[in-house]
Amino acid sequence: MKYAFFPGCVSRGGCPELYPAALKVCERLGIELEEMEDASCTGAGVLQEKNQLLGDTLNARTFALAEKTGLPIMTICSTCQGVMSQANLRLREDSAYLAQINETLSEEGLTYKGTTDVKHLLWIMIEDIGVDELKKKFVRALSDLRVAPFYGCYIVRPSWALEFDKHPERQNSLESLIEAVGAEVVDFEGKTRCCGFPILTINEKNSLSMVAKHTSEAQNLGADAMVTPCPLCHLNLDGYQPKAAAQAGIKIHMPILHLPQLVGLALGFSAKEMGLGRHITSSRKVMAAITDKVQV
Amino acid sequence: MQVTLRVKRFNPEAQKERAFYQDYSVDVEEYFTVLDSLVKVREEVDESLTLRCSCRASICGSCAMRVNGHATLACKTKLISVMDDKRTVNVEPLTNHPVVKDLVVDMKPFWNKIHAVEPWLQPEGPEPKDEYIAPNEAMLHLTGVMGCIMCGACVSDCTVLEVDPNFLGPAALAKAYRFVGDPRDDADKKRLGKLNQYTGVWDCTRCYECVQVCPKGVAPMDRIMALRDRAIAAGYDNTYGARHAEAFSNLVEHSGKLDELRLVPMTFGMFNPLSLPQLLGMVPVALRALWHRKMPPIRHKAIPSSRRVRQIFKKIEGKK
Repeated sequence: MKYAFFPGCVSRGGCPELYPAALKVCERLGIELEEMEDASCTGAGVLQEKNQLLGDTLNARTFALAEKTGLPIMTICSTCQGVMSQANLRLREDSAYLAQINETLSEEGLTYKGTTDVKHLLWIMIEDIGVDELKKKFVRALSDLRVAPFYGCYIVRPSWALEFDKHPERQNSLESLIEAVGAEVVDFEGKTRCCGFPILTINEKNSLSMVAKHTSEAQNLGADAMVTPCPLCHLNLDGYQPKAAAQAGIKIHMPILHLPQLVGLALGFSAKEMGLGRHITSSRKVMAAITDKVQV
Repeated sequence: MQVTLRVKRFNPEAQKERAFYQDYSVDVEEYFTVLDSLVKVREEVDESLTLRCSCRASICGSCAMRVNGHATLACKTKLISVMDDKRTVNVEPLTNHPVVKDLVVDMKPFWNKIHAVEPWLQPEGPEPKDEYIAPNEAMLHLTGVMGCIMCGACVSDCTVLEVDPNFLGPAALAKAYRFVGDPRDDADKKRLGKLNQYTGVWDCTRCYECVQVCPKGVAPMDRIMALRDRAIAAGYDNTYGARHAEAFSNLVEHSGKLDELRLVPMTFGMFNPLSLPQLLGMVPVALRALWHRKMPPIRHKAIPSSRRVRQIFKKIEGKK
């Protein structure tokens, strides 16, 4: 099982704990990675709002680079996943559009034929490895944890770009994974809503209201932690949680875990190895729940 | 087949003015829509169940409601496509609208926002003798948005309206695009000036809820993005939103990937005294991040082929 690894900007930027955690988890799960060091940013939907052709060309370039190696792409970010899935759909559906973009790529000696699949690590774990196989690899039951899922918009919408019809299991993939690590799923309405990150610098008040709404809802339902496959959601839900709580005038303490961190704990890695200490909202509650639970 | 409809009910005239869920077990045919089933309940089980419907063919937009937590037209939704293993379907009124009774919501706030974007043609100059004519190709991009049936589904599931009822919302902004994009309309500058303010185009989170739930393929979010682009082109480029988009683009163009450390000050404006409160408000956040070593690297590293990325930008955006 080998993938061209697209880490995205944030896993080595604002969430530097994510990248090493993802690498460790993939190695232990037997997912071989070839990092795409020369791939550019996906545009995160921001470039696309200004110029879709530009965004799609940059992503087609990334797809073409992976296509040359014959490997599917692995992402670790809901936003990267969604933006790439949407671009791939447009390129595959419209041959004239693909030809137009290939003309630009040809200046670098690249062509995209439309064969590169893009998959988030979450989907790889559920679809390619499978829950049963995952469970065999898990050595620490996280049965004392109650975990709320938080997907990130771009890994759930628009569903047609994410091929939910072909892969209906993607709709509940995060819940399936929480169950697989032995934790209890805390289902809540906010799990597929927006974390507010895209408008953080534009309308901070609204952005923080979203953070407070989702984290307090999960807290009120008894969640010990929230897990997300999106580092952008993590930046907002974790980093801005104190400010959001202050704005809302309520007490919130909801540790936010990156997806690989939760899986890593189940695989037996220590909290330190998974970088849990680097979160703004302390994960002590999570660390306490996992002490001495490793079964080798 | 026997199904259970779990309906969220609310009766303002009841003593306890609280919403509650009521289960209705009803025998339906396999081809039934959610609306067919609700009508059957009303006709055969409980005549007090209140809902709104008319055309039953996805044209009038009256039967918009939430099915299993997502807004949709009840007449367009097949029961078998939404029921769970126990043949249960959850039915609720639209959210982000005041509930009148059961599944009927008050559309007045919706219409007020549509009205606020002045949804009528505002041409200048002398009136033509017969009618205003536009070339077909200039109107093609508006066909999707003209398909809006004003059902309120997008407004119901909008993530911004959930926290800020003042936001104009996807339906009104899509309607605004319908006129900004009309070659016969001459009020673009005025319209874009209003849409550029708070509660307008820049408050959208790009969450795709409206695109996902729209039963007519209007894709309101895509129209909002087009309005942002047109607002910048019309000279409204001195907003956090416009600066954020510009800064993001410049940073990716420069190094091939995002330099997060520079994005925030570039968005606020390095020497913009009006941004001082925002910049100062960032200090505790930055200090916490520094303390936890949760920071992007000070020295941003470009991708090896950043030159190639710059060439792509230059070619497509026509930049030097």
